[in-house]
Amino acid sequence: MYRYTDFDTAFLAERNRQFRAQVERRISGALTEDEFKPLRLMNGLYLQLHAYMLRVAIPYGTLSSAQMRQLALLAEKWDKGYGHFTTRQNIQYNWPKLTDVPDMLDALAEVGLHAIQTSGNTIRNVTADHFAGAAADEVADPRPVAELLRQWSTDHPEFQFLPRKFKIAVTGAPNDRAVIKAHDIGIEVVRRGDEIGYRILVGGGLGRTPMIGKEIAAFVPQADLLPYVEAVVSVWNLLGRRDNKYKARIKITVHEHGIDEIRRLVEDRFVETRAAFNGADLEIFDHIRAQFAPPAFRNAPDDVYDAAYATDPVFRAWADTNLTAHKVPGYAIAQISLKAHGETPGDASAEQMRVLADLAERFGHDELRISHEQNVVLPHVHRSDLPKMHKILKAHGLATANIGRISDIIACPGMDYCALATARSIPIAQKIATRFDELKTEADIGELKIKISGCINACGHHHVGHIGILGLDRGGVETYQITLGGDATQDAALGDRTGPGFSYEDIVPAIERIVGAYLEQRESPEETFLQAYRRLGMAPFKAALYDTADAQSEAA
Amino acid sequence: MPKPFAPKVVTANALIEGDVVYLAADDAWVRDLAQAEILTDEAVAQVRLLEASARAHEAVGVYLADVAPGTTGPQPTHFREDFRRRGPSNYYHGKQASR
Ligand code: SF4
Repeated sequence: MYRYTDFDTAFLAERNRQFRAQVERRISGALTEDEFKPLRLMNGLYLQLHAYMLRVAIPYGTLSSAQMRQLALLAEKWDKGYGHFTTRQNIQYNWPKLTDVPDMLDALAEVGLHAIQTSGNTIRNVTADHFAGAAADEVADPRPVAELLRQWSTDHPEFQFLPRKFKIAVTGAPNDRAVIKAHDIGIEVVRRGDEIGYRILVGGGLGRTPMIGKEIAAFVPQADLLPYVEAVVSVWNLLGRRDNKYKARIKITVHEHGIDEIRRLVEDRFVETRAAFNGADLEIFDHIRAQFAPPAFRNAPDDVYDAAYATDPVFRAWADTNLTAHKVPGYAIAQISLKAHGETPGDASAEQMRVLADLAERFGHDELRISHEQNVVLPHVHRSDLPKMHKILKAHGLATANIGRISDIIACPGMDYCALATARSIPIAQKIATRFDELKTEADIGELKIKISGCINACGHHHVGHIGILGLDRGGVETYQITLGGDATQDAALGDRTGPGFSYEDIVPAIERIVGAYLEQRESPEETFLQAYRRLGMAPFKAALYDTADAQSEAA
Repeated sequence: MPKPFAPKVVTANALIEGDVVYLAADDAWVRDLAQAEILTDEAVAQVRLLEASARAHEAVGVYLADVAPGTTGPQPTHFREDFRRRGPSNYYHGKQASR
């Protein structure tokens, strides 16, 4: 893992000192809210519906045990004993007091964490595949380049006042688990002969006008990466629609000018940016890469795993859903679900965070990941340790066996916390998970990803959910619109609207009817919901939603 | 005919805690909607809004929210204001916990 240099530490200490003074000046009245707001946003501090919210970056989703313990400490000492992990691999604290935030930031700095550029019109936390460094299908670990981009973008003088926020995601594998096609820039590590380089996508994004990213360069060599990315952001910085915040994101710029024109402008600008880089970035990259060397994997028998798998049905169910093949034989990638049925997606208590930190230290080479799907990942666990680990997870409400299932729902904070929300999302997720747990049909339904957003901004990625739910305010009533057929992978697709929305009371029965139609019409249990939707199209689902007796009585 | 003026309260978030506050008739910021001053005259409401907005060292994001007069004081007419006066639905946190 990357360790802060003296430069990093000093930079952060200075930023935190500045922010402490800014908070003091706000409280004394020397700064107005209009003056203070951009300053607090630069440091990840929002004012939400019921309280302030501090958003802390978890760079490319990677945490050490010590960092996770510190996150637990913050939750306990300055919040209400929990934190909320988000779809951008950040953690949010929902209840800090303004006067406590400087202390929180100092505590974070002790373990090399911060909240810089988690808000505002800047380049945000760079996200990456949560299986990075462990996945069997990986060309190279995407985190060194994500770290390089983080260092380049942090406090980049040209990019502190962009037309709008700017999000970058990196995958090191052809199977995209980082949703790179829904980012302003998506980067895929690729190989050409013996050379590692980068495929660059641009102009993806969800929100009001969802777009799938388009390829701007098929292969950018390592030496050109930063100057190339800088050229992209720089072209958009000038062209982007500052006159209209709904048209300011790069997806609109690409859409309005066309990808070919944008590519031409970027290539022109690249001639200049490339000349300005002197190769220092390559030295830094080598230094960073050395710190992401794989851990010392061990070679040990794993018959304890096989024995537990054969005899313990609860362990077997968990292993079947929550484990993924590791690149090293004998190891597994373990996903720890933060989606216990009826609980808030992505929330972890301070105690759970400590348990996870202990497990990572004991069984996981001291590494944790936060996935954009709001779960925790222990990327390197030897199979022989899994039965022991599972027992501990069970004792702390962390052994829910539902990864990829209908209850593994992404939900944004929605109107329970977010000031921008038009409806709630969390209780919808809680009700769906509880309902399908009661029905005991989860295993039979198989892979099905539901994603819920509480407004058009789409933090809950609803457009790319197999079933997407968008909460809206229709004439003063919470109303939920459904989309079907979205896909967040390398085959990214935006879901299609089913038709009129459903009320807070009727949305769960509506989801049940969609799932019922799938179970009835699938060719075999092997045909997933998404495959069935692609084969059948919208008609049978629409009929189930709007033409049945239940639907009629709801309409009445 | 112009629409009749919907009754209002002045509301904001407290500067330090971020908690939802309302303006009472005696100019105090109160945490409970029931104690807020109901403004039924549009001109008066605008003046109260201006006065409250000037108290920037106490409250942030001051605005007028619609209410309906009720037996236990002003009642929210929109669900957002209902959540603001109560707290989140997933945990018993916020105002609902401090009653
Ligand atoms: S989607 Fe909307 S409601 Fe949900 S977190 Fe984002 S801005 Fe808030």
